[in-house]
Amino acid sequence: MTGNHQMLALVLFSAFVAVTLAITTWVSRHRQGSAEEFYAGGRLFSPMENGFAIAGDYMSAASFLGISGLIALFGYDGLLYSVGFLVAWLVVLFLVAELVRNCGRFTLADVVASRMRERPVRIAAGTSSVTVSVLYLVAQMVGAGSLVALLLGGTSEAAQSWTVIAVGALMVIYVSLGGMRATTWIQIVKAVLLMGGAITLTVLVLVRFHGDFDQLLRTAAERSGHGDAFLAPGLRYGGDLTSRFDFISLGLALVLGTAGLPHILSRFYTVPTARAARRSVVWSIGLIGGFYLMTIVLGFGAAAIVGPQAVRGSNAAGNTAVPLLALDLGGGADSTGGTVLFAIVAAIAFATILAVVAGITLASSASVAHDLYASLRRPRAKPRSEVAVARTAAVGIGVVAIALGLLARDLNVAFLVGLAFAVAASANLPVLLYSLFWGGFTTRGAVWSVYGGLIPSVVLVLLSPVVSGSPESLFPGVDFQYFPLQNPGLVSIPLGFLAGWLGTVTSAEEPDEAKHAETEVRSLTGAGAV
Amino acid sequence: MQSSTGRPNRRGGGPESSAETPEGRDTVPTHTGVGGDPRFDDPWYDALASGWGELDGTGAPAPVVPPARRQQESRGGGAADVYLEVQRSAAFQEVRSRYRRFVIPGVAIFFSWYVGYVVTATTAPGFMARPVVGAVNVAMLAGLGQFLTTFLFTWAYARHARLRRDRAALDLRWDTQELTRGLRGGGS
Repeated sequence: MTGNHQMLALVLFSAFVAVTLAITTWVSRHRQGSAEEFYAGGRLFSPMENGFAIAGDYMSAASFLGISGLIALFGYDGLLYSVGFLVAWLVVLFLVAELVRNCGRFTLADVVASRMRERPVRIAAGTSSVTVSVLYLVAQMVGAGSLVALLLGGTSEAAQSWTVIAVGALMVIYVSLGGMRATTWIQIVKAVLLMGGAITLTVLVLVRFHGDFDQLLRTAAERSGHGDAFLAPGLRYGGDLTSRFDFISLGLALVLGTAGLPHILSRFYTVPTARAARRSVVWSIGLIGGFYLMTIVLGFGAAAIVGPQAVRGSNAAGNTAVPLLALDLGGGADSTGGTVLFAIVAAIAFATILAVVAGITLASSASVAHDLYASLRRPRAKPRSEVAVARTAAVGIGVVAIALGLLARDLNVAFLVGLAFAVAASANLPVLLYSLFWGGFTTRGAVWSVYGGLIPSVVLVLLSPVVSGSPESLFPGVDFQYFPLQNPGLVSIPLGFLAGWLGTVTSAEEPDEAKHAETEVRSLTGAGAV
Repeated sequence: MQSSTGRPNRRGGGPESSAETPEGRDTVPTHTGVGGDPRFDDPWYDALASGWGELDGTGAPAPVVPPARRQQESRGGGAADVYLEVQRSAAFQEVRSRYRRFVIPGVAIFFSWYVGYVVTATTAPGFMARPVVGAVNVAMLAGLGQFLTTFLFTWAYARHARLRRDRAALDLRWDTQELTRGLRGGGS
């Protein structure tokens, strides 16, 4: 890579950072420091704005870099990711968005705790939300690291580390100074940039193939060295029985996980009503669906134009396929067009990572302050402290994410996100659905269902080939791998539902009919919603 | 707002009784005298009253007027009755059944279509690899079909909610809030 690339990309990226910092300052002019403002942006965003922000929160580096990279390397098996990521939104739209907007205030735990004894439920739901957020953050950090490695033309460890640290520092500034309002505007700006970049590249790929999708697929299959197998499922997950189960596990985690992601749930509170929440989800489904359709073209385009060998040579996990594609589409490494396009794509990817990281950090700091701290604090703490705690929590979460991000550098970003989804689907979704729809659900059921999903999913990841026992794992030197699948969803999601049911039927507590009536009436009508 | 004060007593007496029964009426005044009832576990109320969110839900300073709170507490059991009453009303049952009649089959269909797709992709790659037109095979069509059905389901859900639920839900929302407010206002 030449110096021009780096300079231009750095300039563009600095411009984005400057704009977002300006937004942060601007929206925090009249800051009151209320929890309402910090966690929910005052609840005054329009459905369209929130739809863009949801899309911005969701279309992470995993989507832009990870999925296209997986398609470039493994063909059709990468496409299965994007299908799962999109269909998941139907679960959100049908079962979660409106009801959660009507029942809660800031976090997932609000919805559950309204029917239950508050303290244990809040601690459980807060813990699982923070766990999911940290896993998701690590994926974004890894994306940032591999992007920098590409941009600076080598795998300079120091440069990667400093980037990860800088991303962490910026996100802490956005979140702790600007709260939800700044974070939302950053998401919106980023979503527009990302859609713009994806549309440009897609058009260029299609122009290269004269609008012939068939020709694109054919070339990709030929170039991949796998022939027609590249266009059919099975390259990555088609080997033995284990990898097939692994794939089904991943598919379940993707489709059920979105509805349990804390940073997605918290976005529904930024609009005034449930109806607005629904309309923002419709907006975001349109944007996200369009985007994933484009990643298919980009992924196969990268396979056809750059070639899987070159992609793998740059980053073994495929995370840099799209920037390489941009370089080629612009006219090659030595041309002005290539340099410009490459720099733009790299800057957009950076912006994506920053924005998503800010969104997740905000959601997890809300979980820490609103759920964990409020339940665990000393009873006589100062009253003004919750938002202050949230700001501090943002710093702490940033540090943890940076550390883990440096550790997990060589894993594919989309794959890491798959893990976060599995934990979200196992720990958060069962308790959410039970408390919204099951009259007999009790406190013990809620607590059991959170831990019954959280603990198995985390333990199974620790015992999986991701962490140890294979050359690609996090600690290749040791072997404590006892669970064959990389993604725990197939086992841990049913366990989460089972534990919730078991906890409920074994609990002595009688379910509170009146509170269930309240949840049901509130969730469907919006009575008493804040 | 609402609270759970006094509810267990009433539930013990007769879970099916609404506010109309003499027993329900008796319970509420009994608790009016108990000023600082400690068993308070409603998060919305708690958030408002205990001061760890410094402002209330609307962004305005939290009402720290003890008499108003006392009054809400004493009438809390009544607010819970309002929700039970609304839940049993025909209007609410109608909204709920409209929601369920659409959502349950919808979820069943798209979820089994998705799981079917994933399972087929893993167990029958040969079938998925069968070419249809040019390089486009069954797998590609099924994948794009998932995108298409997702858009269709989204449109259908939004339309159903807008035409069949929104108005009724809004009416119910106002009715419910009027009822709870009436309880609170009438107590002084």
